[in-house]
Amino acid sequence: MKSLLHNNPLKIAGVCIGLFLLLYLSYASLVFGVIDTSWQTAIDAYTHFNGSNEHIVIKEVRVPRVLNALAVGASLGIAGALLQSLTRNPVADVELFGLNAGAALFVVFAVTFVGISSLTAFTWISFLGAAVSGLVVYLLGSLGRDGLTPVKLTLAGAAITALAASARHGMLVLNEKALDEVLFWLSGSVGGRKLEFLEAVFPYMVAAWAGAFLLARPIQTLLMGDDVAKGLGQRTLLVKVMTGVVIVLLSGSSVAVAGPIGFVGLVTPHLARYLVGLNTRWVFLYSGILGSAILLAADIAARFIAKPAEVPIGAMTALVGIPFFIYVARKGLEKK
Amino acid sequence: MKSYLPLRNKKGSFSFHIHKKTLLYAAVCLLLTGAVTVVSLGMGEMNISPLNVLKAFLGMGEEQDALIVMQFRLPRVVIALLVGAALGAAGAILQGIVRNPLAAPDILGVTGGAAVAAVAFLLYFESASIQWLPPFAFLGATLTTFILYALAWKKGVTPLRLVLIGVGIKIAASAVITVLILFSPFVLQNKATLWLTGSIYGVDWNDVKMIGPWVVGLIALAALLARRVNVQQLGDEVATSVGSLVQFDRFALLIICAALTGAAVSVGGEISFVALLAPHIAKMLVGPSFGGALPVSALVGSLILLIADLIARTAFSPIDIPVGVFTSAVGAPFFIYLLYKNRNR
Repeated sequence: MKSLLHNNPLKIAGVCIGLFLLLYLSYASLVFGVIDTSWQTAIDAYTHFNGSNEHIVIKEVRVPRVLNALAVGASLGIAGALLQSLTRNPVADVELFGLNAGAALFVVFAVTFVGISSLTAFTWISFLGAAVSGLVVYLLGSLGRDGLTPVKLTLAGAAITALAASARHGMLVLNEKALDEVLFWLSGSVGGRKLEFLEAVFPYMVAAWAGAFLLARPIQTLLMGDDVAKGLGQRTLLVKVMTGVVIVLLSGSSVAVAGPIGFVGLVTPHLARYLVGLNTRWVFLYSGILGSAILLAADIAARFIAKPAEVPIGAMTALVGIPFFIYVARKGLEKK
Repeated sequence: MKSYLPLRNKKGSFSFHIHKKTLLYAAVCLLLTGAVTVVSLGMGEMNISPLNVLKAFLGMGEEQDALIVMQFRLPRVVIALLVGAALGAAGAILQGIVRNPLAAPDILGVTGGAAVAAVAFLLYFESASIQWLPPFAFLGATLTTFILYALAWKKGVTPLRLVLIGVGIKIAASAVITVLILFSPFVLQNKATLWLTGSIYGVDWNDVKMIGPWVVGLIALAALLARRVNVQQLGDEVATSVGSLVQFDRFALLIICAALTGAAVSVGGEISFVALLAPHIAKMLVGPSFGGALPVSALVGSLILLIADLIARTAFSPIDIPVGVFTSAVGAPFFIYLLYKNRNR
């Protein structure tokens, strides 16, 4: 299949258009909302801060929100692309893989029983949660002679998600105070989060993005199959482990910032592959850009659908992503 | 010794045989259920000895014991039995037709669909009689089944596609529930959240009347269709070649399964993994023939839920843990074991 953007100049032009789109969406996200402001007010908030409501909204609410959506969206998009390449499975996603549920469980456990509230601890705990659940799902999904199959992976993910969710429920029933603290976070949102969360995990995110691009070429080789990759002299296990680490960093830091948000990572790699074909480097780059764009757009939409209440963005992306998941499940699995 | 007990009339117009082993295990399960029921009725804030429970049952005990047993504890126990049976039977049917040992209404999103309808009912039809909850949940479950089936349909439905799309629908259902709860009045949010975890806290005789007929009737109906399930288990090709209307039967059975799930959800909320565990235990005991597996699975489901509820009620007393937490804690590892065991399928 020939991709839409089939030569390098076109792809670079695509990236530029994508970046413009991101800029525009960021602008829209800054300006529109329950309190409509203007671009001028947004700039004034930083240059001539006067303590008015609009300025405070922009500085304290809108800007963190845009930055969160950009960083988390890109991370989720790239994580999805990595997962789908690593498992050679068109329906892989951090949510379906139980990574979100695992991270959420660990965080709730830490809040209820250990009483942890420091940001760094929070981050590391969600990394750990994502890593543990991801590893378990991966191992469960790859049991057996035919190796990783989408069905086994999906079922393993569903089981781990259910287990984590019920354990989480149990803890929250025992400790109602924790419920209030984490319930909002559990619903997944890029709004209402202070910038400190993002600041705490941003270095990991950047490292993971860089890692993804460094791994792009080995992963391309790996996509031809383990045997071929080994034959070409690749240390496949190392590549897989590294990919796993990058995925965990991306999803763990996303969860720490925004709570569980699913399906961004499911959709973006498909769109990216449609646009730029199978070159993993381009796919990762486009997945990142598209992930940011989707999350920003979803966040803006979430404000308006049920104004003045806000739909949790995790629910939004799930509701948009599920039809896509079903489409892929109907179409994509026949070939295997 | 023959392993079957034949039942026939002289003319031969009626013939039926019962597997002796099945009969034996069913009897054992029944006895066990009875024993646990009596124990469960006796345990709680005020302990009553099993003997006194029996006395209260027969109307010979003290008045206070009788009140506690008959009015406070018995409805809950009966609900546990009914919900467990419904889930066990629903799981057995689903595993029979999907031919996947990992299928269960909660994993395929049927429970989720029922829960969406029920939450919508709880939150937006506050004033309506609670009697309407089971039909609503049933409607939700059936509708979800329709959608699931339609989406999985592509020149017939393969079990594999059904499972994958079911998982998707389950996640969509939980997203819808989040949104519904978010847009509801604050006072009702807690009610809905607690109900969702799967709990049979605070049920009374009205609940029993509400779902009792459904559950019993539907299980009987499923038992009548047992032969069709047996044929389905052989695979689509074989089933077609012996003259079974494969897609039609599968659909009818799915509807029964949805109805059972709806009944269970309307009272118990999302109690997960019972529907997965029970049929497996039943098949281990009496083999895969559906005529035997269905009743035993229903019994085992009852037993599991009864024990889980007993623990949920007493272990952290006075806090009443939702029973769904316990069933998942046992069920999810079992599911993982099943994944491991079926790794080469």
